[in-house]
Amino acid sequence: MSDQPHHGRDEPGQEPAREPGNEDALDRTGQQPGDPIPNPGLERHQPRPTDIDADQQRRAERQVSALFGLATLLTLGFCVAYFAIPQDSSFITTSASNLALGLTLGGALVCIGVGAIQWAKKLMDDHEIVEMRHPTASSPQDREEALEALDTGVAGSGFGRRTMIRTSLMGALGALGLPAVVMLRDLGPLPGDTLSHTVWAKGMRVVNDVSGIPIRPSDLPLGSLVNAQPAVIYETGADGEPRYAGTELLAVKAKASVIVVRMRPEEITPPPGREGWSVDGILCYSKICTHVGCPISLYEQQTHHVLCPCHQSTFDLADGGRILFGPAARPLPQLPLGVDDQGYLIAMSDFPEVVGPSWPTMPQDRTRT
Amino acid sequence: MLLLGLVLAGGLYSLFAPHSATADTSSSDLVGQGHQLFLVGCASCHGLNGEGILTSNSTNYGPSLVGVGAAAVDFQVGTGRMPLAQASTQALQKPPVYDAQEIQALAAYVASLGPGPAIPDSKYTTASTDPSVISRGGEFFRTNCTACHNSGGTGGALPSGRFAPSVNNVTGAHIYEAMITGPQQMPVFPDTTITPQDKQAIISYIRALNDQPQYGGNALGKLGPVSEGAAAWIVGIGSLVVASVWIGTQGVRARR
Repeated sequence: MSDQPHHGRDEPGQEPAREPGNEDALDRTGQQPGDPIPNPGLERHQPRPTDIDADQQRRAERQVSALFGLATLLTLGFCVAYFAIPQDSSFITTSASNLALGLTLGGALVCIGVGAIQWAKKLMDDHEIVEMRHPTASSPQDREEALEALDTGVAGSGFGRRTMIRTSLMGALGALGLPAVVMLRDLGPLPGDTLSHTVWAKGMRVVNDVSGIPIRPSDLPLGSLVNAQPAVIYETGADGEPRYAGTELLAVKAKASVIVVRMRPEEITPPPGREGWSVDGILCYSKICTHVGCPISLYEQQTHHVLCPCHQSTFDLADGGRILFGPAARPLPQLPLGVDDQGYLIAMSDFPEVVGPSWPTMPQDRTRT
Repeated sequence: MLLLGLVLAGGLYSLFAPHSATADTSSSDLVGQGHQLFLVGCASCHGLNGEGILTSNSTNYGPSLVGVGAAAVDFQVGTGRMPLAQASTQALQKPPVYDAQEIQALAAYVASLGPGPAIPDSKYTTASTDPSVISRGGEFFRTNCTACHNSGGTGGALPSGRFAPSVNNVTGAHIYEAMITGPQQMPVFPDTTITPQDKQAIISYIRALNDQPQYGGNALGKLGPVSEGAAAWIVGIGSLVVASVWIGTQGVRARR
């Protein structure tokens, strides 16, 4: 780079404190004549006790090296603890191994850090050094040279003259943007109408989650709750493999999980058109909150309220899943229940409403009490 | 006068009828002893024969105990929730008032009022250490229990000032009885949907969860983001502030 005066920096070893009013300093700080605040300069340097007292200096030196020494010991302690302490041993309910490893390694890092700061604060040179601002732009000469080089390149390549090459190059570069757009397809096929359907279908049994046991109405005493699933996820296909597995199973469960509750039939006030959806006071609702889709089974058997632990949306299961409180915008979807000829609970259809989180263009129901 | 006569007659009947009905088998003795305890400690809310008492606006003063079964008594009295110390949002756990034999007698009396869930067999309330049982119990626990009782079993908040209590440090029998009787707001998880073997697996999982060392250090009550966030903000950021203040202070200067 050039040696223009405004590029100059303070030379190393230059005396740090500048006298205020020094023309050169004022110029370098970019201060214009007539600035309301004059350059205040620097305060007079005050030495520390360790600068003038050799005893204090030795003491600080011992402190710093003791901290670094302790860090070494702690690091060695980490290595010993790593091998010496079994992983499943415990110390006051916490894992002894993790506790020892964390304390030794963390302690070593803290000792190194504290030692370094103590060293800087007590012993390292603490004279303030001024480094003046300088403009970030290149010199006019550099800029002219760069423009000249660019012009020479443009003229030499014929970029302005050979329009066919120029246009085709621009087309080629522009086309490179297309793969970036096309690959957005990898975000997945569009959901289509899959959001409106679940695997529930007329006649599918409602079974216990985890165990897959089908449920008879007589199995459920008053006040009971069953976290249930559609029977199809426990069925095997013609090849003996489960019908659903892996991410597909999760996707199915994410929409089809339900809760089955039993209350006194006279406590239920079904919304119009849902009078036949319960079996002797047994009701079935989606387990997926209509707000952002948390699984909810926080059911209070005496109030018949179900509460979402994520954002406290509360639904009244005795009253068609009506929203009592919280940010949810739609009532909890209900699954119409029936009994098959062997006496087990079955779904009478798929959910007539969309289950799971709502989206902005969806019809919403904000009726509250 | 008529009223007085009726009360006297009723009182005399309730005093003598159980005695006259007592057969000389030990189970009937237990029922009789339970009834005496019941009349003294429970009847003021639950009625002289456990039929329940309604308030003037037809809510329960004390609910009917017909059909709640021995399991409900063993849970409610065994964990000290009953007798109720005071009417509040929910019955709180406290040291039991009755000893084991008295609880057995009360349970026998309440069980005689109507069929209900019995005290579970101890082979299903003892935790197993079989890893496959514990892992299966974990699946049931996460599906059925964590919504209210937290994945660490430490409980959590319910609406209107109620809460789901911690299930840690609760005996296997009481955990089992809570599942089959559904105390207070807790729903019932009957043996017909979650089998006794599955319930034993849940109890085994809770025990295993409590017995393993906490690999993440102090779990701060296993309450999740609230207590962890408070610790991070107050202790973590607080110590960072203290450290940066120490780094930034100029320290003592010597006058020359």
